[in-house]
Amino acid sequence: MVFYIYNMLTINGQSVDAAGKTVAEYLAEAGYNTVRIAVERNEEIVPKAKYAETVLADGDVVEVVNFVGGG
Amino acid sequence: MQADFSQMCEPSREEMLAALEMRQGVDAVRKLQAATVAVCGLGGLGSNIAISLARAGVGKLILIDFDCVDVTNLHRQQYKACQVGRPKPEALLANLKEIAPYTEFETHFEKVTAENAEALLAKADVICEAFDNAEAKAMLVNTALEKMPEKFMVAASGMAGYDSGNTITTRKVTKRFYVCGDGKSDVNDGIGLIAPRVMLCAAHQALTAVRLIIDLA
Repeated sequence: MVFYIYNMLTINGQSVDAAGKTVAEYLAEAGYNTVRIAVERNEEIVPKAKYAETVLADGDVVEVVNFVGGG
Repeated sequence: MQADFSQMCEPSREEMLAALEMRQGVDAVRKLQAATVAVCGLGGLGSNIAISLARAGVGKLILIDFDCVDVTNLHRQQYKACQVGRPKPEALLANLKEIAPYTEFETHFEKVTAENAEALLAKADVICEAFDNAEAKAMLVNTALEKMPEKFMVAASGMAGYDSGNTITTRKVTKRFYVCGDGKSDVNDGIGLIAPRVMLCAAHQALTAVRLIIDLA
């Protein structure tokens, strides 16, 4: 049996329908404050300067780490 | 006149190394002795991380903070009341030398920025992010992962408040990037910082650094 999953990628372990969006678009929609996060895509850091031009693709594995205060 | 015991009981370098090997294993101690860890921020997280790593036999620690010891730090940070007002790197160095006299230390009394991070952290194998400010945490993590992808980054997010210690975990984000904490307890929500919970997070970070150095993570 073959399963076809269109336009899905994984963000923080959840399947998300965000293929085709830029990282900046996804982060804005999800409500992240971009000065408090780090984004990894397929094991590599996405530089902040490239959020607007990096397009999420089907099958990407993305991790968004959100930092809160305290230490 | 009281006898001065301070110099009488201090073990030699060889005695301390032999004791470490007995407890932690010869191979692990060899790797730890050859490692350099940078601790960025010497507050509740960083001061505890540094003491754990010095005890565990990490060969060299780079200690960085721009702040001085404040009375409001004493409830959770590894300083003494008599050290209030002193620069944190200098005060922690004094305390660490009493604990681990043969560890090599390098101290920097300055703020880590996107501009100076590469130079400050060049010699580190593992970087522990131990700041208190969320923007500063993100700045250091992004800068290190972008400019120094060969290094390991062990960061922290979420250790404020009185929640159960069982919510504090170590999350492996990528092969070279780990985040400890519960990910959400923000000190800016007015929930306070409690020594044992902050220490738990610091212990997660220190243990992750040790595991990375001995190839277990």
